[in-house]
Amino acid sequence: MARPLRIVIAKAGLDGHDRGAKVIARALRDAGMEVIYTGLFQAPEQIVQTAIQEDADGIGLSILSGAHMTLFPLIVERLKAQGAQDIVFFGGGTIPPEDAEELKRLGVREIFTPGAPLADIIKFVERECGSRRELVG
Amino acid sequence: MIERPAARGAQPASEFAEQKKTWEKASAKGRRRTGPGSGAVDRTISDLPLKTIYGPEDAPLDLANDLSWPSHYPYTRGIHPNMYRDRLWTMRQFAGFGNAKQTNERYHFLLSQGQHGLSVAFDMPTLMGFDSDAPQARGEVGKCGVAIDSLADMDTLFDGIDMADITTSMTINGPACIALALYVAAAEKKGVPRAKLGGTVQADILKEYIAQKEWIFPPRPHMRLIVDMIRFCRDEMPRWNTISISGYHIREAGSTAAQELAFTLADGFAYVEACVAAGMDVDSFAPRLSFFFNSHIDFFEEICKFRAARRIWACHMRDRYGAKDPRSLQMRFHTQTAGCSATAQQPENNIVRVAYEALAAVLGGTQSLHTNSMDEVLALPSEKAAEIALRTQQVLAYETNVANVVDPLGGSYFIEALTDELERQAEDYFKRIEEYGGVIEAIEAGFFQREIADASYRYQRSLETKDRIVVGVNAFENAEERQDIELLRIGVEMESEQARSVAEVRRNRDQAVAQAALERLKKACADPSDNVMPHLIDCVNAYLTEGEIVEAMAGVYGRYTEKVAF
Repeated sequence: MARPLRIVIAKAGLDGHDRGAKVIARALRDAGMEVIYTGLFQAPEQIVQTAIQEDADGIGLSILSGAHMTLFPLIVERLKAQGAQDIVFFGGGTIPPEDAEELKRLGVREIFTPGAPLADIIKFVERECGSRRELVG
Repeated sequence: MIERPAARGAQPASEFAEQKKTWEKASAKGRRRTGPGSGAVDRTISDLPLKTIYGPEDAPLDLANDLSWPSHYPYTRGIHPNMYRDRLWTMRQFAGFGNAKQTNERYHFLLSQGQHGLSVAFDMPTLMGFDSDAPQARGEVGKCGVAIDSLADMDTLFDGIDMADITTSMTINGPACIALALYVAAAEKKGVPRAKLGGTVQADILKEYIAQKEWIFPPRPHMRLIVDMIRFCRDEMPRWNTISISGYHIREAGSTAAQELAFTLADGFAYVEACVAAGMDVDSFAPRLSFFFNSHIDFFEEICKFRAARRIWACHMRDRYGAKDPRSLQMRFHTQTAGCSATAQQPENNIVRVAYEALAAVLGGTQSLHTNSMDEVLALPSEKAAEIALRTQQVLAYETNVANVVDPLGGSYFIEALTDELERQAEDYFKRIEEYGGVIEAIEAGFFQREIADASYRYQRSLETKDRIVVGVNAFENAEERQDIELLRIGVEMESEQARSVAEVRRNRDQAVAQAALERLKKACADPSDNVMPHLIDCVNAYLTEGEIVEAMAGVYGRYTEKVAF
């Protein structure tokens, strides 16, 4: 049997809205994954470091403060700099559709906005992070 | 006069009981509807049980003690004798974005459209005590509020606005005492003495640890700062509402209505106890405490929450804290419609949600109201969306006639039963908090955070199973939907401009004066017998920036970190 997926759920910058991040963390855990929740106010560098140290298959970033166009790209760059692009990077929050498109173009795998069903998010993580797990073993 | 058939009104009481039995039989035969949303017909959004119908046995009222009359203890029906007949609620729309100049323009627009009071939304760096050029501020400057770094920004924010005439609410907590110092300094520069200023700073730090997470220092020093502020305002700013004890963010974090009610009032009692412990007479400060609640989408539950809140506050203030001044017993509160009930899907539907939520707030007797804009799930409100939100309140106030009778739902069996039930649940929570040793101890034990996280997860599951329906989200979706409402954008250039301007403020001030003020502040922070407020006013007048002041205070108090759990 494959090992459980390991997912880092992260809050970056100064945004204290943690309701969504906590709900997603619980839902992924209930779906059988190992979830590491970073807590609030993490620098992008710290989040990537945590994911590498924990050998995570994915990072889910939650931002509701409007800083998404700065903080998502910083994590994408950091993952590249660390040679860790195999870690599936996704996220969610109050992110307008055009920004979500732009972030996906930059390398964020998926953006979930308010109202996204938990079942869809779980399915996405199982599929995408599952492929990463197969790749790295 | 209407002539009624004689038989009516002459039926004996036993007949009423018989009728109930017949109804019960008929009701039992009813076939419950199935399909979307049918899993939750017998529960409120907070999971309180709902009966099909309520009767006199559900609401055994003691008229004098439970209801009384408006402006009479326990104020269940309202705090003023004629409520909105004498004075409508204050329409106070929360606004702030970009830099002080942009926000000042929005304020002038809102005031010209008939808004009564101002409500400042600060950006994240300002709320967390960082200047716009701090590394922590990357990407956040001016995004979800206005960037205020120093007195220079505060001056611009109120340019052309008569600070003696307008009242201002500032939503800020960690650095609340600094925001108040900035407001006083800006007003006095314009020649308006502090004693004439009206408004409030939120300054409710306990709910930050519980829900909103915008803290700076650990709880105990933060409580001291709040007590200092309350004392300062009592002595020098008689028109100022010292703090705004807030359930709004507790609810947004996912709590139930009963939790919002209980945790907010428990916080209120904790502030009262802290001030009394610092030697203040309860009636010398309690009349200036105010509250701030959420108005969520479960219509009747919200109305009952507001009514229960007034009754609980009055009762505890009189009997537990010995307050004698009626104003100490009268809970005054601001209400905002629930951001978390708005949806990104079919955002125009949010206009309808906001209207129902606003109606609940008014039927619940609020003193002021913010109606959310339809686009707030996506971005900061555009001018058009902000205008519709304000018009929603004006339609309610001037067209629907709901404001003309005080507490129009009072005496309804259902409303009274649900008000009682919420009060009971709040009292249960007070006991549990007491068992931890108090609010701060319960925060440290993670009690509130756990209760809220559990409730929000339960709610999310009920959406997954479609026991509960949110229109456009888990039912009645529109696959063709294309979002075409115009959103407000804050350009990235704003961040570097603001960073440049705060650096210039630091460069151009008298450094010796600034340094001396900062040293005096640090001494006051370490000396509990001093009051930090006058020193903070000196600091901002010396053009020290918010980030510098916070840094100096953190040198004395340390910074808070939360134990992580989900």
